[in-house]
Amino acid sequence: MNVLVFAEQRDGKLKKAALEAMSVGREIADATGGTAAAVLLGQGVGPLAEALGKAGADKVYVGDDALFASYSDAYGLAVGKAAQAMAANALVFSATAMGKDLAPKVTARLGIGLLSDVTSFTAAGGAVSFQRPIYAGKAFATLVPAAGKPFGVTVRPNVFPVKECPKAGEVVSLDHGVTPGDLKAVVEKILTAQGELLDVAEANIIVSGGRGMKGPENYKILEELAKELGGAVGASRAAVDAGWIDHSHQVGQTGKVVSPGLYIACGISGAIQHLAGMSSSKVIVAINKDPEAPIFKVATYGIVGDLFEVVPLMTQAVKAMKAAG
Amino acid sequence: MNVLVFVKHVPDTETRVKVAADGLHLDLGEANFVINPYDEFAVEQGLQLKERLGGEVTAVTVGNDDAVKTLRQALAMGADKAILCSDAGFDEADPLATARILAAAAGKVPYDLILCGKHGVGGDNQQVGSLVGQLLGIPVVTVVTGMELEGTSLQLKREVEGGTEVVKATLPAVISCQKGLNEPRYPSLKGIMAAKKKEVTAWKAADLGLDPASLAPAFGLQKLELPPPRPAGRVLAGEIPAQVQELVKLLHEEAKAI
Ligand SMILES: Cc1cc2nc3c(=O)[nH]c(=O)nc-3n(C[C@H](O)[C@H](O)[C@H](O)COP(=O)(O)OP(=O)(O)OC[C@H]3O[C@@H](n4cnc5c(N)ncnc54)[C@H](O)[C@@H]3O)c2cc1C
Ligand SMILES: Nc1ncnc2c1ncn2[C@@H]1O[C@H](COP(=O)(O)O)[C@@H](O)[C@H]1O
Repeated sequence: MNVLVFAEQRDGKLKKAALEAMSVGREIADATGGTAAAVLLGQGVGPLAEALGKAGADKVYVGDDALFASYSDAYGLAVGKAAQAMAANALVFSATAMGKDLAPKVTARLGIGLLSDVTSFTAAGGAVSFQRPIYAGKAFATLVPAAGKPFGVTVRPNVFPVKECPKAGEVVSLDHGVTPGDLKAVVEKILTAQGELLDVAEANIIVSGGRGMKGPENYKILEELAKELGGAVGASRAAVDAGWIDHSHQVGQTGKVVSPGLYIACGISGAIQHLAGMSSSKVIVAINKDPEAPIFKVATYGIVGDLFEVVPLMTQAVKAMKAAG
Repeated sequence: MNVLVFVKHVPDTETRVKVAADGLHLDLGEANFVINPYDEFAVEQGLQLKERLGGEVTAVTVGNDDAVKTLRQALAMGADKAILCSDAGFDEADPLATARILAAAAGKVPYDLILCGKHGVGGDNQQVGSLVGQLLGIPVVTVVTGMELEGTSLQLKREVEGGTEVVKATLPAVISCQKGLNEPRYPSLKGIMAAKKKEVTAWKAADLGLDPASLAPAFGLQKLELPPPRPAGRVLAGEIPAQVQELVKLLHEEAKAI
């Protein structure tokens, strides 16, 4: 299979998720006998091609053009062109905000199917199958592409390792065919939340707070711990609905579904909709004063206690651990 | 301003999921089916536009005959008309097939704007609105938390990692609605009564000029399974400060998570 990977960049930096997707693409190409290429769009992005070669791209289609300075529907057109140029059998996108927006625009254009949010795959002897969560992770489906049909997948960030696999990374200028008239749904600007920590969707460590936080002012103790751990701050819907924290932090079936290396749930009871969004985290810590709280059923480690006592102590202990090396 | 709103009939988020004996179907027990929570934002947005600019709101669903309940919910909130696209296999249509059906339906009714939800709970595809936009050749903006309309110019806010994008688009367009865009209204008793009298149009594949072959699934399902049970955890004991010390040590040395 020839595999085309969309390599997402923002502000001239490749996303880690792009390299993860590249590693997935390389593995599929190797297992099924084909080439793996990347497509890179933006302005002044040429230098990023090298990293994609290192991660396994035989070729990198570069669309370095002012037309791609901002994300728009024209990205879909350009990626479709790259897919046709290499006769791609499989398209791989990251399941990021951009990837999830872009992927269906490309696959609809090509009239092919798309699997969202793949979390594992097996590729061997020419065949490939994909696993993806449904019902926000309450179940998993294993699917195979219809025989001989091209297809697309988006792969969940932070799940697949980046593997060094140096290949030629031959840079090819993409004949994208985009004209200014194609610039529809153009991103005008990005407002970044002030002094934001990482986004929960991207973080490998999440410190999350629920109704037990009692009020918005108390989130700073979670922020302090998150900062010490290099993580993000999450929340239950109860906290979001109370207006204590923005919806972009909500974890769960109607928030973000996350699978970080470490999820610390503070004052969160563990309702089914919350568990759906985080129970595939590698390690889960529950801090709750109610020993009967359902969150303890999924926790790797639990502390039954007052989060206002536990969390600041934990921040101190992490600091001390780091200082001790 | 004529608005089409795509609404999906889904099991509510309380639903506990089991896998049926054949490993290829879910057993949803006595699941309660409701309008997809995100589609309520879409209906609300459509109603607000209609209240400001006039025109009609038409709710459209693809599914089995039971999906008419979700249409009634949209009508009770205040939608004017409803279209039920229902035929053999429609309730199991994959995202591309669903989009082809919805695009064909959209081709038969006048619209200026299409609203859908950010994602359909259960399938969790986050695709259908974008696919329809492409099939119709109109711009698509997804995960929208803010919307301003001036004439035919839309200014939208969309949620991205660690921030908000401001996006410009022009009508006609497809917009997928995310929590934060508005507060969906509850249907009033009067609305519920009125909904019973509103017309629901039913269309089959043939009415939509669709060849069933174009609705074949793009992927074959090999199996469904529940996530592996998590290994039993450990609740620590002792004085809180000592527990915290132990926890940090375990996270560092045993779990290697920090
Ligand atoms: C359609 C729908 C979609 C939903 N989607 C989501 C979703 O995406 N995400 C989500 O999270 N929820 C979702 N919910 C809501 C969900 O059902 C729960 O209501 C919600 O998760 C509860 O949040 P919570 O655990 O913070 O609050 P509660 O259930 O009230 O729990 C608070 C916990 O804090 C503990 N506590 C209190 N004080 C302290 C203290 N000082 N120290 C330690 N512990 C303390 C209590 O013991 C309790 O266990 C959804 C609901 C519906 C109907
Ligand atoms: N069967 C359907 N009938 C009507 N609308 C649908 C259907 N499936 C998906 N949609 C719309 O598309 C949105 C995204 O769904 P999905 O791509 O399935 O996650 C939903 O919020 C609905 O607005």
